[in-house]
Amino acid sequence: MTPKVSIRGLYKIFGADAKSLVPLVQGGMDKATLLDQHRHVLGLQDINVDMQPGEITVIMGLSGSGKSTLIRHLNRLIDPTAGEILVDGTDVMSLDGDALRQMRQKRMSMVFQKFALLPHKTVLENAQLPLSVQGAERKQQDEEGRKWLARVGLDGFEGRYPAQLSGGMQQRVGIARALTANTDIMLMDEAFSALDPLIRTDMQNLLLELQKELQKTIIFITHDLDEALKLADHLVILKDGAVVQQGEPQGILLNPADPYIEDFVSDINRARVLRVRSVMRPLSRDSFDGDVAANSNLEDMIGLSDGDTSLTYRVMDGDEAVGQLDMKDLVKALVPRVSGQDTAA
Amino acid sequence: MARYDAFFDTLGLRDWCDADKTDAPLSMAQLLAQAQGDGGEVETPGLPFPSLDELHQACSKIGQTRDLTEGLENGFLSIRSELKYVLDPITQPLSWMLDGTLFVFESAPWWVMMPALLLLTWFVSRSRAVTWFVTFVLLFFAFIDHYEVAMQTLAIVFVCTGISVAFGVPIGIGMSKSDTAQRSIVPLLDLLQTLPTFVYLIPLIFLFPVTESKLYGIAIILYAIVPVIRLTDLGIRLVDKDVIEAANAFGLTSWQKLTRVELPLALPNIMAGVNQTIMMSLAMVVIASLVSAPGLGVLVLRGIRALDLGVGIVAGLGIVLLAVVLDRVSKAALNRVDTRAKTK
Repeated sequence: MTPKVSIRGLYKIFGADAKSLVPLVQGGMDKATLLDQHRHVLGLQDINVDMQPGEITVIMGLSGSGKSTLIRHLNRLIDPTAGEILVDGTDVMSLDGDALRQMRQKRMSMVFQKFALLPHKTVLENAQLPLSVQGAERKQQDEEGRKWLARVGLDGFEGRYPAQLSGGMQQRVGIARALTANTDIMLMDEAFSALDPLIRTDMQNLLLELQKELQKTIIFITHDLDEALKLADHLVILKDGAVVQQGEPQGILLNPADPYIEDFVSDINRARVLRVRSVMRPLSRDSFDGDVAANSNLEDMIGLSDGDTSLTYRVMDGDEAVGQLDMKDLVKALVPRVSGQDTAA
Repeated sequence: MARYDAFFDTLGLRDWCDADKTDAPLSMAQLLAQAQGDGGEVETPGLPFPSLDELHQACSKIGQTRDLTEGLENGFLSIRSELKYVLDPITQPLSWMLDGTLFVFESAPWWVMMPALLLLTWFVSRSRAVTWFVTFVLLFFAFIDHYEVAMQTLAIVFVCTGISVAFGVPIGIGMSKSDTAQRSIVPLLDLLQTLPTFVYLIPLIFLFPVTESKLYGIAIILYAIVPVIRLTDLGIRLVDKDVIEAANAFGLTSWQKLTRVELPLALPNIMAGVNQTIMMSLAMVVIASLVSAPGLGVLVLRGIRALDLGVGIVAGLGIVLLAVVLDRVSKAALNRVDTRAKTK
């Protein structure tokens, strides 16, 4: 599969003379030294990420890790110091003003942490914004705007102003606005971070539901590991502007690459996040205590087995048996790996 | 000999100084000294720093202080005709607008003027209370027989505010887009705002005949345009960065960004600037009556000249009343745009 979006050797250094310092950083100078000796801030270093079409790529990191800077490189709200960003094979850096605007209008839309709606426009006018910018016909603007507002559950709110809505509803408008643009790629910058936990769960479910239907390429930024694990098809973990680990989220959870990530994943409710398919073994016997779906999470399994660790289940993906689940493996998988020990037997 | 003789001698400038020495006009200090019978020499007074007058005594090549002001005046006078040649045609429309508007305001019968003003009030403020207030004020002006002069003042304020907004908003937009522009314009605005109001009038009197209405028009506009420029600049700079970023992310052109995002969001601030501009042109219109601006200011001036306390005070209070009216109406308009943006 060719990636939809591909980031190659991306560097971002903040400061007046950034370009000339790239070789130094490529030669291995770290953030602290760069700041100390050259008074330049290293934003991102050597980022290489492929984002597959139809997948949700989650970029996770704590504040200051450079994740918001990274997502802004994709539509060039920030220009990189070195490296390339390929969207459908085109280097975004080669686009001039007009072509760049075209790309922002037609190929990438964005959802913001603070919603960034126009306060003087109604909900409908906000949702129509991408189309009205492109100069679409009134009728089409109206239809599309209403359609997507209805799709995110905002029927009947078309005439309200953003300030009259709750945070969650405002972000629904933000999502409707991004969907109205009808782009293949959606950038979501901490889209749900400003919402309270219950609403956040709602919005995550809404996003997954929409994604099942629309199959967009979504790049989602978050600092919340639970959210990342819930949404990600591909998870990228950033620390101090560099990628520490990327891959399938279950894989990262079970095999954290370094102590930083171990630390990160140690607070997670693993039973809820891990899936049967990640802890199963190849089939090696014939009789089982029952069948389970490959995608059920371990919490469900514990419920199903009633805590009995002597049981073994057959794991089914649709109609096909793909492996077996030993409840003892399951229990082991619940304990986070600590550096130096190896729990994955 | 004078105090700084030694200085010029050491530098070897004596010859240069004394070349074509003429008897320069005496400075005021010398005149005083002469009058006191001390001869031409001046016992230089206290201050230990060199002054132009003192240096002049030692070296006649150095000008006196009065040469400075004289030079300034001569400089201005020497470019006057060129300046006039350029400025006269450019500013001529201002005269036409002022004269035209004054003519309309003076000659339109009350039954056209008053409803028109009240409709305008209602249109911009959408407030019943404000409209009633304006009605009463207009009737009161009629009651004390100041209706016509009040209309003249109002006409001048309208024209000058309109022009200030027409020029000030674009200048403010330009300033908000460029830090260099902001850095270079702000000192100019500071100057315009702090320069004593009478000082505006002096060079203008040299340039234009006092009978021309643009003379006071320019003075009022220069004084009143400052707040609308400042607040447009401020308003646009204060627009939420997140919203601007969103506008960029959805590919708005600069023009779309300006008209759809920045100006509407800066509108409350711009309106506050317009309110200030109105107030300042009203303040200046009184001073402008010194150079033949008609209206309430003329009566104030008459009060001062003839020491006619009553006339002056009534006209002065009339201006206050007019100021309150204009302030209330523009504030009501401001509140209207403000709440629309934030609708609770």
